[in-house]
Formats: sequence, structure tokens, C-alpha cells
Amino acid sequence: MGESSIPLPVVAAGEIVVSGVSKSYGAAQLSKEVVRDCTFNIERGKLTVMIGPSGCGKSSLIRLLAGFERPSAGTIKIDGEPITGPSRERLVVFQETALFPWMSTFDNILYGPRARGELTQQTLDFAEFLLNKVGLQEFRRKYPTQLSGGMQRRAELARAMINNPTVMILDEPFRGLDAMTKELMWEYYAGLVEESGRTNFFVTTDIDEAVFLADRLLIMSNIPTQVRAVLEVDVPRPRRLADIVASDRANEIKTEALSILHEEAMKSFSRGSKAAADFVEAYTRRSAKT
Amino acid sequence: MSSNKFSAKSAARGAVSIILFLLLWELGSRSRHWIGADIFTPLRETLGALGFKKTYLPWVGAIPAPSEVAAAWAGVITDAGYWQSWYKSMFRVLAGFTAAMLIGIPFGLLLAVNRTAFGIGFPVFEVLRPIPPLAWVPASIIFWPTQEMSIAFVTFLGAFYTIVINVVGGAKSIDQRYFQAAQSMGSSKWDIFRRIILPGTLPSIMVGSAVGMGITWEVVVAAEMISGGGSQAGGTGGGGLGFFIWNSYVGGSYQQIVVGMISIGVAGFISSELLRALGQYVTPWLRLR
Repeated sequence: MGESSIPLPVVAAGEIVVSGVSKSYGAAQLSKEVVRDCTFNIERGKLTVMIGPSGCGKSSLIRLLAGFERPSAGTIKIDGEPITGPSRERLVVFQETALFPWMSTFDNILYGPRARGELTQQTLDFAEFLLNKVGLQEFRRKYPTQLSGGMQRRAELARAMINNPTVMILDEPFRGLDAMTKELMWEYYAGLVEESGRTNFFVTTDIDEAVFLADRLLIMSNIPTQVRAVLEVDVPRPRRLADIVASDRANEIKTEALSILHEEAMKSFSRGSKAAADFVEAYTRRSAKT
Repeated sequence: MSSNKFSAKSAARGAVSIILFLLLWELGSRSRHWIGADIFTPLRETLGALGFKKTYLPWVGAIPAPSEVAAAWAGVITDAGYWQSWYKSMFRVLAGFTAAMLIGIPFGLLLAVNRTAFGIGFPVFEVLRPIPPLAWVPASIIFWPTQEMSIAFVTFLGAFYTIVINVVGGAKSIDQRYFQAAQSMGSSKWDIFRRIILPGTLPSIMVGSAVGMGITWEVVVAAEMISGGGSQAGGTGGGGLGFFIWNSYVGGSYQQIVVGMISIGVAGFISSELLRALGQYVTPWLRLR
């Protein structure tokens, strides 16, 4: 087939507004605040990347956005409507694969339409198109355990995309893949995003991933998480990895983001965080080299 | 293909294992003859000091040799009563086991998906579960109109508890993310049950069934021995393999006891293999890695 001629269905991209959201876990006295007074927008049709130290409460935010949990305070609205529960409008691609092991790749991708009774010829064509886009047409009959880690991640992207969500939420989807595979994933994913023009919200701890993918970069503080800074990544699309590495603007943004993350790490380091110690050391060495 | 080579190798090992076992058994069994030789005097003295009979090796020396068993087997293989015993036991296992699956799987799933059902059903289940199926034999002879039904019931109990426990455990250990993913994509409750819970529990159902099948054979044999093997308990016909063994014991035909034992081993092996084939058929994703 090569490049398929079927275009992605036109979907109204959604916009999410998070205002004053807090989230605590546990009973009264022992309760731990994970998200504190968080306010940000996930802009329509853009790829917003959230980056912050690991364990900073990003995954909690994702569960709130997906509707698996409710905020302790504040509101989250999608296109003006408050979020009340999980919905196909806000699909989550998880950190670890959540492909159903008992279904073939193709059945996994078709899960959503089938569950909703929307399995039309058009949907099947779209599924073919997506399968092609993520390079898995030869693996359609394979079960998830027969796929490599990278293939599983791609199958999962396709499984989410077919539902035409107004917002796609991705929780460190490429974590744990080796560096080469990761870069391949970025290009696959960036291609899908650029073509679809949808709203995407992508959470990561990887600065290179963040700068390569993002239209907007939200930098989070350490736990309890808050938005520390917002950077616009005004690097033209479509982006190639080589361009990004060579781009002065991208490197400038990366340096700025790193210095903010460094400040955050210093703060938590002074509070005794061991994880932050690694980051501070790494940052110091990196700065010494340049 | 390397996989063929591997399976040929493992078949060869299997054959060596069985031949070696039979050889040692034959040797041990014939100790009555060779242990009298002078070179074995120290061995005889040691055994005697330990309180065993000096005339043959302990245990294995008292058992009929494989050659004698084979001869006895050749004698019964044309006997309709012997095959009738096979049929009876097989039928009872199948009846009890099928009933346990038909009732146990839905019951286990109900307990797993419904909190109220779990709250009401599980405590009673947990109190009844530790009662060994064989303790039910006298009671079930009173409950059920025919002896055939009492044996089938006890057999059913043998598999039922294991299947239920495995189904409940399996359904509860399905990864939370699968539910979240299915929910996000717009699944109804029924859809989640049918396409997530059911396939997600299948591996545990098969494990529970395999264990249950083993227990079923244990139980059916014991039940046949205790109950005298069914209503028309004369001859070797209607009693099943358990009664076949018991009858051979009472009749003093020791070779036939071993014939009966090996028959049960073979029957159990066939049942397990059939179940394994079924399991591989219904859970293809576990096979293809």
C-alpha cells in the first residue's frame, strides 16, 4: 500500500481547562497532597507536553484528566463541560502496555468501535490506514506478546486514534524503550499528530522527547505538583530529529527548560530528595562540559 | 526445525525414564530370587537389623513384577467387565467434572464481579470448602436416590471448589488498566464482562480445571471403594476402576491391583491431556509467544 490515500477523519479538537485543581490521597491526617492548585490549559489542536521530575504527581493529573478519579478541589473542563468520568473523548495511552493480551493486534485496534457498535466499512478502512501508518500491517494477526516493545506502543497509539478522541492523553508512552526505538517512536507519533491536527497531551520525564514533540511545554514543580513554567516551542513542523538536534532555537529552549528543572531539583534536594540528587549531579556535569 | 529435534529428544528421554523405572521395579520385585545369593548377605543382615523381612527387598519386593502385571493385564484386556470399569469411572469423572465446570465457572464469575453476591456467597463457600469431598460420602448416600448419583456428587465436589477459587482469583487479578482502557473506549458493562473479564479469566479457569480433574480422579476411586462400587456391586462390572482394585484385593489377585492402579494412571493422564489440548485451544495467546 505505502502511503494510504484515506485521510484521517476530521474531528473537532478539544480544549481542556484545568483551574485550581488539587488532589490528595489518604484519610484526613495522613493525607498526602500530590497536586496543589494546578492551573493550565491544554490548547486546541496543539501538542502540549508536560515535563517534570519522576514521582512529581504527573500520573495523578492524568487520572484526573481521564476521569478515573475526581479532584479534591478545583475544576477540569473539556470544551466548557466538566469531566465526570472516563470517556472516549479523552483517551489515555498508558505507561505500560494495556493492549488486551487475548486479542490480535487488529482486534485490539478495533476494540473501541466494536464496543460501541460502530464497526462500519469506513471504520475498517480507517483501521487499515492506521495499521499502515504505525507499520504493523504484517502483524495484524499477532498477539501483543508476539510484538516487540516498540510495536506494542505503536499498536496502542493506533488503538487510541481510531476512536477519534477530541483529546489524546499519553502517560510516558515510550518509557522503557531503548534509545533507538524511542527516536523511531517519536517520528511515528509526531507524524500522526501533525497529520491529524488533534489536541494531544503528552507526559514525559525525557527533555529530548519533550522538545522534539511539543508545541507547548509545561514544566512542573516537584510534589505537590504545580505548573512552574510554560514555554512555547516555536520550531517549525514537520520536524525531523536531525533538524531538532541542529536547531539553535530548540537547543535554547532545552537549556532554558533544563535550568528550570534544575532549580526545582535543587529545591527538593535541599528537602532531602534522593531522586533529585541524581538530577543535580547530572546537570552540574553537563554544565561543566559546555 | 530445532523444535522437532527437541521434541524427538524429549520423547527419547521419556522412553528412557519409563524403561528405567520398569527395569528397577522388575529387579526389585524379583529380589525374592536373587537376594538369597551369598554376596547379598550383608544387605540381608542390614535389612533384618532394621526389622524388615530378610527374604526380599522391603516394599518393592512385595509387589508383583511388571512382567506378572503385564500377564494379568493380557488376561483382563479381553474381559468386558474390565472395560466396563473404565467406562463407569470415566463416565462418573466426566459427569462430576462437567457439572463442576457448568456450575463452578458462572458461580465464580458472579462472586468476582458482584460485591453483594461475594458478600453473601463466599462465607458459606469458605466454610464448606475445607470439608474433604470424601467426608461427604455417607451424607450423599443419604441425600441422593441412587448410589450412582451420590458418587457423581462427591466427584463434583472434588472439582467444584478448586474451579471456583481459581475463577474468583483469576477474575480479581485482571490488570486494572484493562478495565480503564475498555471503559475509556466506551465499553458497556456487558461488553467488559464478555470481552475483558471472560477471556482474562480463561487461563485461571483452565488451571483450576486441570487441578480439579486430578482431584476428581482421586475422589472417584475412593468413593467407588467406599460405596462398594455402585448398586449392582457384584463381579467386576459395574463398580468402576476403584472397585476393580478393591475387588482384586479382596479376591487376593495382587497383579490385578496393579493393573487397576496403572489403568487409573493412564485414564488420569488421558483426561489431563485432553484438558490441556482444550486449554491450548481456548487460550491461543498463551501458546504463541
